[in-house]
Amino acid sequence: MSDPVSAPAPPSLGRIFWVFLVMGATSLGGGVVGYLRTGLVVRQRWLDDVTFVELLSISQTLPGLNATNMSILVGDRLRGWRGAVLATLGMCLPGGTIMTIAAFAYSIGGDDPWSKAFLHGIAAGAVGLIVVVMVQLGAKVLKTFADYIFVLATAAAVVIFHVQVPYALVAAGAVAIWWHRPRRKQDGSDPK
Amino acid sequence: MKQLGDLAAVFAYLSLLTVGGGMAAFPELKTLTVDVYHWVSFPALLHFYSLGQLSPGPNMMMVASIGAVVAGVPGALVALIAFFLPTGLLTFAIGRLWIHLSTWRWRPAVQTGLGSVSVGLVLAGAIVMGRGALIGLLYAVLAIAVFLLLLRTKINPAYPIIASGLIGVLAHWLDITPT
Repeated sequence: MSDPVSAPAPPSLGRIFWVFLVMGATSLGGGVVGYLRTGLVVRQRWLDDVTFVELLSISQTLPGLNATNMSILVGDRLRGWRGAVLATLGMCLPGGTIMTIAAFAYSIGGDDPWSKAFLHGIAAGAVGLIVVVMVQLGAKVLKTFADYIFVLATAAAVVIFHVQVPYALVAAGAVAIWWHRPRRKQDGSDPK
Repeated sequence: MKQLGDLAAVFAYLSLLTVGGGMAAFPELKTLTVDVYHWVSFPALLHFYSLGQLSPGPNMMMVASIGAVVAGVPGALVALIAFFLPTGLLTFAIGRLWIHLSTWRWRPAVQTGLGSVSVGLVLAGAIVMGRGALIGLLYAVLAIAVFLLLLRTKINPAYPIIASGLIGVLAHWLDITPT
């Protein structure tokens, strides 16, 4: 790697797999980013906070889930592509196994009225969680009035006008990126 | 084999839509798995999604559930690999390029622009999910209560979601829920 982390010696591949496996098994209730920071920055000291935030911003910009994108980026930094593969495997193995078992359990007991009552309840709770995640994401990225217009236009295109998500993503994305295009300020105060 | 191929195609496609999180892909997830391929019913999709929020690890491991419903354990594996491989390769490549992109003039524009669009896609996903999940006053109240609790406290989201499930069971016991 041309860009070594400041940590002294990179951990072994087995160690990377194990640490990500533990995080993949214990990061209950979403918010996996918090668990990643605790595990990688605080406990293992594989990354400093600046690098963590930098990698997180890549993860959030690109498609893919934050948890797996972070596993790939951190694994690659520590041990190249093998590290990326093992970190991602460790992160996904526990949840993937649980959700596969859940599918079989569902085919047996999913039609029972009591389990349906429970599942309807958690689905309602999950909607609340999603809206919170959206509000927190919005608080970070929405800065100008125009940004809110992009949010509403994108959502309306998908929900009301049934535009397929990829078209909405590309069209609204192109307009929004163009809106924020780099330009020299007239007053000469060029930010960054 | 045809089913495994369909699973791979659908989840590889959905993978590329997860900008800003798994919820951004939810409208297409619903259209493809429920309306086009009839792999699961809409309520079952909502149930798997919600169970996925309670399971540890990345919050879209529920794609394994859909894979398993369609084609057993091989289906679960194919769905997972298809869902994580395309974006994984992209992230891997961009991650290595990113250092060179740090001085790219358009980088802030791309980050800010895609940021607002991704919030819009998550909002669309939340609306599609809400239409299916909030099928009565009780459920709307539960969703709002969980929202306010999570907004104001740092409690682990698993607790209020499990509590919502138990309240659903209680309501069923008291016979005050629709269906």
